[in-house]
Amino acid sequence: MIRTREDLKKRTELANEEMASYACRILVCSGTGCIASGSEKVFEEFMRIVGDTPGVTLEFGSHGPEAHLGVKKTGCQGVCELGPLVRIQKGDKVVQYTKVHPSDCQEIFNRTVLGDDVIESLLYKQKGVTYTSPDEIPFIAKQTRIVLENCGKYDSESLDEYLASGGFRAFQKALFEMKPEEIVDEIDRSGLRGRGGGGFPTGRKWKQVAHQKEKERYVVCNGDEGDPGAFMDGSVMEGDPYKLIEGMMIAGYAVSSENGYIYVRAEYPMSVSRLRHAIAELEDKGLLGDHILGTDFNFHMHINRGAGAFVCGEGSALTASIEGNRGMPRVKPPRTVEKGLWAKPTVLNNVETYANVPRIVLQGADWYRSIGTESSPGTKTFSLTGSIQNTGLIEVPMGTTLREIIFDIGGGMKDGGTFKAVQIGGPSGGCLTKDHLDVPLDFETVKKYGAIVGSGGLVVMDDSTCMVEVARFFMSFTQRESCGKCVPCREGTKRMLEILEKIVGGKGELEDLDRLEELATMVKNMSLCGLGKSAPLPVLSTLNTFHDEYIEHIVDKKCRAKVCTALRRFVINPEFCRGCGKCAKNCPVGAITGVRKQCYHIDNDLCIKCSTCKDNCAFDAIYIES
Amino acid sequence: MLDEGYYKKADEIIARYGKKPSSLIPIMQDIQAEYRYLPGELLTYVAKQIGISESKAYSVATFYENFSFEEKGKYVIKVCDGTACHVRKSAPILEAFQKELGLSAKKHTTDDMLFTVETVSCLGACGLAPTVMVNEEVHPKMTPESALELIHELRGDRHD
Repeated sequence: MIRTREDLKKRTELANEEMASYACRILVCSGTGCIASGSEKVFEEFMRIVGDTPGVTLEFGSHGPEAHLGVKKTGCQGVCELGPLVRIQKGDKVVQYTKVHPSDCQEIFNRTVLGDDVIESLLYKQKGVTYTSPDEIPFIAKQTRIVLENCGKYDSESLDEYLASGGFRAFQKALFEMKPEEIVDEIDRSGLRGRGGGGFPTGRKWKQVAHQKEKERYVVCNGDEGDPGAFMDGSVMEGDPYKLIEGMMIAGYAVSSENGYIYVRAEYPMSVSRLRHAIAELEDKGLLGDHILGTDFNFHMHINRGAGAFVCGEGSALTASIEGNRGMPRVKPPRTVEKGLWAKPTVLNNVETYANVPRIVLQGADWYRSIGTESSPGTKTFSLTGSIQNTGLIEVPMGTTLREIIFDIGGGMKDGGTFKAVQIGGPSGGCLTKDHLDVPLDFETVKKYGAIVGSGGLVVMDDSTCMVEVARFFMSFTQRESCGKCVPCREGTKRMLEILEKIVGGKGELEDLDRLEELATMVKNMSLCGLGKSAPLPVLSTLNTFHDEYIEHIVDKKCRAKVCTALRRFVINPEFCRGCGKCAKNCPVGAITGVRKQCYHIDNDLCIKCSTCKDNCAFDAIYIES
Repeated sequence: MLDEGYYKKADEIIARYGKKPSSLIPIMQDIQAEYRYLPGELLTYVAKQIGISESKAYSVATFYENFSFEEKGKYVIKVCDGTACHVRKSAPILEAFQKELGLSAKKHTTDDMLFTVETVSCLGACGLAPTVMVNEEVHPKMTPESALELIHELRGDRHD
């Protein structure tokens, strides 16, 4: 049990000693991505090899003069695409291996763990250069990691490792050296803004809750990361659960709340299990519960799993869901800070926001303000995905440009594609194009160009992406997720989706564009909650930036990316066609005619674009005309 | 009529979260995890036990996408159609599963109760798009071909 500050200090010292005693640490990435690539088998294989090696200890605690090895499951190491990722750490020296197969483990163990050799073939390579240390890899070297500082370095299921990483120092400082109002002031002065998308000043939110007359208050964490294409919060919850909890405990102390709730997306089973593990361990050690570290501060944590409703990312819908109701937003005011969970004053922030808190408390507002921009201090995590060389999880100072993110960190486009646009902010966001590559990414600037920073999903698109289809895709998402409470969102998204489906289906008319814009403006202005208010943004943004593509779909009946099925024209190349007649026989609508041993012909008015002919042609004679 | 064992299990789950209205969602989640669907009779029973009306329980159960009143297959295959997977062509993967299993946007579960195919908005492994989740296991970098292999593997008729 850790009953006093002294106990915690002792425990931290022990953890530090343990950390210093490792001759070598084998760090196996256990983020959702790497586990999907098979990292658990790699972990087991290392455990087996180490366990079978005489003179080596694995257990935590006292040990003899044997070589002391640690095999640890860490949070996301970053370059998800190249998983399973493994780091071999000896003191300050770290080797990053990529695409590690269980059959590589013995060689890694013999050469890099026991010896001091590196295995060239497993190292990270980019543009002809091979990198040994993770900190040299441009993808990682160009990042600034505050929220993700521990991810990839420490065991995400061990309190002792968190303590050794400097964990709970901020909480101690807050609890013993600061008054609650001083903490709120510090957060306020730091300029930290909500990382869930809104960008509302966190300190102001805390202040409003702290000033409420009602004494029963709640601290709620929004871990319902619903934006498709975003996995930053999931990575923090599964990679550094203790940091999130520490941030929430500090918030609890600052606004005098005794209960914290984390609402986690149902699709993140790993986040749920790691958070549960962390909470159980903290309760067991007495760091959560009553009279924490011998003070009057009581704090209890609860986990609620989402049930597959995107709208629950909205504050009032989220609290309704925790209460056991349908997750529907309500009219505001009163705001969540006045009447949130159980109609009590509630601090509601997202995962990344809370994860910033410990470092701000520890190093002060001025330090935090030295990172990022004047109006948006600090860093932002992004999940970098789509048609890009290095997909993965990144953290950069606010104000970093898209060019730096895509070309320096992301390594440029995948397979030599041409950059077309980046979709930022998910279904509530918009597109930035090559004209915006040098725009600094911060809350205000991005807004000026019709997009939002949002929660941080960055989906990079190349020429093979159809922007009209992307707009349809997002609209079908928001339409499906509209809770149906308010008419503008319920009906408006449906009508907009119908128009977009008509356009990608090749039946669009020019008037549709006016209707689309009118509807979009209406839904944006009249909807009840953020879901509806932002749902038209992808449409407005693409209408504005890629107007040409809409016109092509409607007037020329062409899709330049060759994505929209209805606009494809299947053509037989006479040079390759041998006149075998297989296509005519397979065509379900009899659109192909011809004479054997001569080139066949496809009637595109009859064709239903099923691609059966193309898929089954033995001579690759059928192609899609742009 | 459900077997008595179902009610016993429900009691066990209710005890886990306490007899209060706010326990409804976690209780339904655990029941569904146990039986792969939400038996209607059990929902009625739970509503009574935790002191809410039957209509309230149904209104909540039908609101959230994850709850199903129809029994799901042994393997629930969720094809991710998040943005990252979508731009890396997830649609042909869904088609491959549906074609192989004779399923459609309306029919989600095979008659032998082995497979259910659904789409999901994001699995959070976007770096490895396109992805598919079978029960709780994520499969990375899928193609229509690997989708068929996966089906063969799950059916147990591995012929490689």
